[in-house]
Amino acid sequence: MTIDISRRAVLTGGLATGFLLAFHMPLRAGNEPVQPPDVTEGKFAPNAFIRIDPAGNTILIMPQVEMGQGIYTSIAMILAEELDADFSRVSLLAAPANEKLYANPDFGVQATGGSTSVRAFWKPLRTAGASARAMLVQAAAEQWQVEPASCTASNGEVMHQGSGRKLSYGALALAASSQTPPKDVAVKDPKDFVLIGKSLKRLDTPEKVNGKAVYGIDAMLPGMKFATLAQCPVFGGKVGRVDDSAAKKIPGVRQIVVLDDTVAVVGDHMWAAKKGLEALKIDWNEGPNAKIGSAEIWADLRAAIEKDGVVAKSEGDIAKGLATGDKFEASFELPFLAHATMEPLSATVHVKPDSCEIWTGTQIMARVQSEAAKAAGLPVEKVVVNNHLLGGGFGRKLEPDMVVAAVRIAKQVDGPVKVVWTREEDIQHDIYRPVYRDTIAASLSGGKVVGWKYKIAGAAILARWLPPAFQKGIDIDAVDSAVDAPYDIPNFHVEYVRAEPPAVPTGFWRGVGPNNNVFATECFMDELARKAGKDPVEFRRSMLATKPRFLSVLNLAAEKANWGQKLPPRVGQGVCLQPSFASCIATVVEAEVDEHGEIKLRRAVSVVDTGIAVNPDTIMAQIEGGLIFGFTAALYGEITIDKGRVRQSNFNDYRMLRIDQAPKIEVHVVKSGEAPGGIGEAGVTASAPALRNAIYSATGVALRRLPIDRSLLAVGRKA
Amino acid sequence: MATTLTINGEAKSFDAPADMPLLWVLRDVLGMTGTKFGCGIAQCGACTVHIDGQPVRSCVLPVGSLSGRSVTTIEGIGATPAGAKVQKAWLDLEVIQCGYCQSGQVMSAAALLAATPNPDDSDIDAAMSGNICRCGTYVRIRAAIKQAASGRQS
Repeated sequence: MTIDISRRAVLTGGLATGFLLAFHMPLRAGNEPVQPPDVTEGKFAPNAFIRIDPAGNTILIMPQVEMGQGIYTSIAMILAEELDADFSRVSLLAAPANEKLYANPDFGVQATGGSTSVRAFWKPLRTAGASARAMLVQAAAEQWQVEPASCTASNGEVMHQGSGRKLSYGALALAASSQTPPKDVAVKDPKDFVLIGKSLKRLDTPEKVNGKAVYGIDAMLPGMKFATLAQCPVFGGKVGRVDDSAAKKIPGVRQIVVLDDTVAVVGDHMWAAKKGLEALKIDWNEGPNAKIGSAEIWADLRAAIEKDGVVAKSEGDIAKGLATGDKFEASFELPFLAHATMEPLSATVHVKPDSCEIWTGTQIMARVQSEAAKAAGLPVEKVVVNNHLLGGGFGRKLEPDMVVAAVRIAKQVDGPVKVVWTREEDIQHDIYRPVYRDTIAASLSGGKVVGWKYKIAGAAILARWLPPAFQKGIDIDAVDSAVDAPYDIPNFHVEYVRAEPPAVPTGFWRGVGPNNNVFATECFMDELARKAGKDPVEFRRSMLATKPRFLSVLNLAAEKANWGQKLPPRVGQGVCLQPSFASCIATVVEAEVDEHGEIKLRRAVSVVDTGIAVNPDTIMAQIEGGLIFGFTAALYGEITIDKGRVRQSNFNDYRMLRIDQAPKIEVHVVKSGEAPGGIGEAGVTASAPALRNAIYSATGVALRRLPIDRSLLAVGRKA
Repeated sequence: MATTLTINGEAKSFDAPADMPLLWVLRDVLGMTGTKFGCGIAQCGACTVHIDGQPVRSCVLPVGSLSGRSVTTIEGIGATPAGAKVQKAWLDLEVIQCGYCQSGQVMSAAALLAATPNPDDSDIDAAMSGNICRCGTYVRIRAAIKQAASGRQS
């Protein structure tokens, strides 16, 4: 896709920054040829990210995908800042599948996730922009026969300071192409930024307001057919017998495709495909997982955490620490969750004898290409992936299964076919946020935590998704925000028990490991504060003497939320402090619990120190939306398993928060000169613990499991 | 079944079964992909269009029931005064994130403003609570409706 941004104006300036999934993988040392991502002929193409044509049009190539998080705009701002481009002449192009050119430096694969985009690409993009700018300046200096140091660049032009002569980047494009890229190029001092730090208008939104934006599900090709599919309702089950006699009579049904684990109906439109699928009689060979239910899964997890884990971090002497003062223990649990992107899963595929072309919206371009090639039985270079806007990702589109399924179906179809999952199929064949259980033992002495033994049991998603990152039995995502809890605790110990749930496939879900660890940590901190007889904010402050950024956001959140104000009965405030994704964030939620235990969200205040804020308004939007995403999970989110099947199916039984339930939200982005942190998932991580602590304050009930069980909160019910 | 509908002021003729929901006629038969599929059971509002100015969920609306009615979709709503105001406020306040639900949000908001030029919070709740936004843009949706109603400039 391309986006013309010339219509967009500039908002006011603001500011801020964010964390790191904490691992840096080397780029894959593959030996596949580097293909040009686009036609570079006749353009200045100094690197993988920048193209300038002789007319001055500047094309910026987006190594990360746009799924709502605003990253296209932030990446364009970073590149244009160092390039000194004319931002009104910039257009954007999605990067093709090419891991050598566009791998995420944090993963070593071409993936968008983990709130890494700005953090991971901050240096490479700035260097790319600055290097291209230096080549344009050199080209101008050569033409004028002056020293490059006597020239400046701004807004898409090079100027010679002595004479006032100017040349546009377009006029310099061809001459710059023959310049040698500088070996070491200086990037700007942040005080000289003209774009970064401003709330510039997003480049992707004008076409999202009038129906013109094209998502993966919107791909339309001449002669295409439409299909929908059913996979075995039991995880891992296979197709037995299919009676398609009734389905074939449905008007518009063209073909029934039967695979070993999936049946698809192909028709003239989705309605025919859907009705055809409903008319099929399918006997499934359900297999051994048909015996699995939620009760067995939880029993397994509760048994697993009793085992010794692998030590992820240990400071001080945990045995001595726990033997000091008063000791307390608690366990916390989080359920399976589906992603429920608003855009149901889909892929359009055209398989020909010697090639395969795909139209979809994915967070993993290169992996989709390679997995599609395997499914199609073609060499990887014969597979072209066209990426579109994503109607939400949230980690679901870090998996290639929807594309692989579409390729397997398309192999049996003549011509292009769009495979769209029903919402029911989307919910029942997700790759789920795993169940987690955490146990914490802590000791209090002198009003402070002096011993903290934290054990996590849950799936090791990285062991499957990025095996090189899974080292010595520790999933660094599963322990994220546990090993780096912000508090000064002298005897501190974190263990991890890998516990893969039976039958249910698990993957990344917006907020990832920190969702679990911030929840357990912050909930238990509130319980300990109460044991110590201290206010929850004051209790946290007392353990932040060496953490000024955390102390600062906590203090400001308390001030902005009017912490400690007199509140009506059964109304409470709760706080959450988190280190997740390299951003320091404090959140205060105010909630009311009615006599039946139903919850009204009144207000949420987040204070964010995410280092240098590339686009402050985008950061605010991500925190606002992230908080809502987290509230949805806290209030409603749970996938349960019965006889190997997911019981939920659509938004009627897998509920989402709606506008009438949304609280007032205020986000404050504080000034910081630190390196940028991550922000796309940080709001999600914050809301559940802050809400739970508000309920604890309002009712005295210490909830230790999500989603929130209203029956525990009704008046008269003993905690 | 050969059918003719007025869509965004233009007569469109197509062949579709009478029980086929309008959503799939728009998307798969006419190629008007601005109207989105979200749930198929009128739970999420992504497929909202206007029939004679009233917001409806096109995923459960059989096209055979629409003879002689006038359909407005996201592709045409900008030609109405309320739709244009909503679109402008949406961009001024940078409401949108992934944007997939926003066709439906804009259609519901435009219908609200056409019927209730100065909606209060409870009017907004009533008109908009059928539209799910997974990105959680509700705070800005509310603010943008109020801005569109007041005619304020950002």
